[in-house]
Amino acid sequence: MADVQETQLKNQEATFAFGKKERKLLSDPLNDNNPVTVQVLGICSALAVTTLVYPSLVMAVAVVFVCAFANLAISLMRNIIPGQVRLIVQLVVIATLVTVVELALKALSYDVYKQLSVFIGLIITNCIIMGRLEAFAMANKPWQSFLDGIGNGLGYGLILIAVAFFREIFGKGTLFAGSPAELKIIGNTSEYLLNTEATWWLGWYANNGLMVLPAAAMFLIGIFIWIQRSYNTKLVDIS
Amino acid sequence: MGSAFNVFLEAAFIENLVLAYFLGMCSYLAVSKSVKTAIGLGAAVIFVLGITMPINWLLNKFLLEPGTNIFGGMLGQEMDLTFLRFILFIAIIASMVQLVEMIIEKYSPSLYISLGIFLPLITVNCAILGGSLFMVSRDYNLVESVAFGLGGGFGWFLAIVAIAAIREKMLYSDVPPALRGLGMAFILTGLMGIAFMSLMGIDPAALANGGK
Repeated sequence: MADVQETQLKNQEATFAFGKKERKLLSDPLNDNNPVTVQVLGICSALAVTTLVYPSLVMAVAVVFVCAFANLAISLMRNIIPGQVRLIVQLVVIATLVTVVELALKALSYDVYKQLSVFIGLIITNCIIMGRLEAFAMANKPWQSFLDGIGNGLGYGLILIAVAFFREIFGKGTLFAGSPAELKIIGNTSEYLLNTEATWWLGWYANNGLMVLPAAAMFLIGIFIWIQRSYNTKLVDIS
Repeated sequence: MGSAFNVFLEAAFIENLVLAYFLGMCSYLAVSKSVKTAIGLGAAVIFVLGITMPINWLLNKFLLEPGTNIFGGMLGQEMDLTFLRFILFIAIIASMVQLVEMIIEKYSPSLYISLGIFLPLITVNCAILGGSLFMVSRDYNLVESVAFGLGGGFGWFLAIVAIAAIREKMLYSDVPPALRGLGMAFILTGLMGIAFMSLMGIDPAALANGGK
């Protein structure tokens, strides 16, 4: 009897522990096991929104939210979901959370909602979320699954914002356009921080139209993968 | 009829789902290592897109949209159920994929063996759900939505077969080790996207009127 109580107590302690293993759950997806550049998941719903930083930020927050809570919900239900219908159960949980995000965004920031259009709905088919549910939440405890969801959402958001940063600053010369804290960095009027007309050594500069095109996002991610694998040679593709 | 053909051309070439909207990217990158498997997956995507689009169109019109849904007539007042759209669409797609899988398994085991492993993957292919969501946001009618489904699927098929063929050839090229495989696939997709952009200036409606 005492034994049972002791193990129960231990289990309870472990439920909300935040040790080395938990920290790894959060930090691994940022680099070594990044969902975009290493696992190649979730590229679909995201790249079209990365022309500007602000919508990408909103998208990243939405994905962190959906990923964390879908992981939590599925992990809580993992022992009662029948094997054959688990994909449909997972999809319904994700679709419900995405509907919550969509309605919240519509109410809070209608402009961003219009900009993201169908891509908010496409979080449902974001393979990161399905992938983590299958690979992690179905086999792990709720708290760990929750952290794993946050970690993977952040790893995805990191790439999203990095791509958007380069695309916006070189494509439009601004940062956070459309948000309350818009910064005008480089351009040919006095509104911009670096005025190319007035600075003698910047007269040649013009915004790069290629950066606004979808193709630029592909090139940037390709280059990110190149840089990451040059440092982290264990990720290199052998085939 | 003419407008449906325009929608088909536009979806297949000008607004290619993969190269202009990045939809279905995950399976596009994962399953493009050989041309043969790419053809199998591409055919399955055409099939599922062609089936789910009209079904989702009908359900969206008669179950969800305010003014046309059957609940309005039953209850005597308008009901807006469009907030259920995501759940309904994804459930239809998941069950359609399951159904298609069972039908193919029963009637054509050889096709089932060649497509088998790709069919479940299609549920989470963003191109399918994306197609249905575009159909709603662009207000297509029933015939146009079938054309959009088939055209979008055909465009996706073209893109995945093209990249698979290029990647097969890339095996013989001297690519920097860190860029090999995935990195190169991204850059190639970017280049293909730029190539497809040259089709953007074409207006199918003007072509149908003899170039006016």
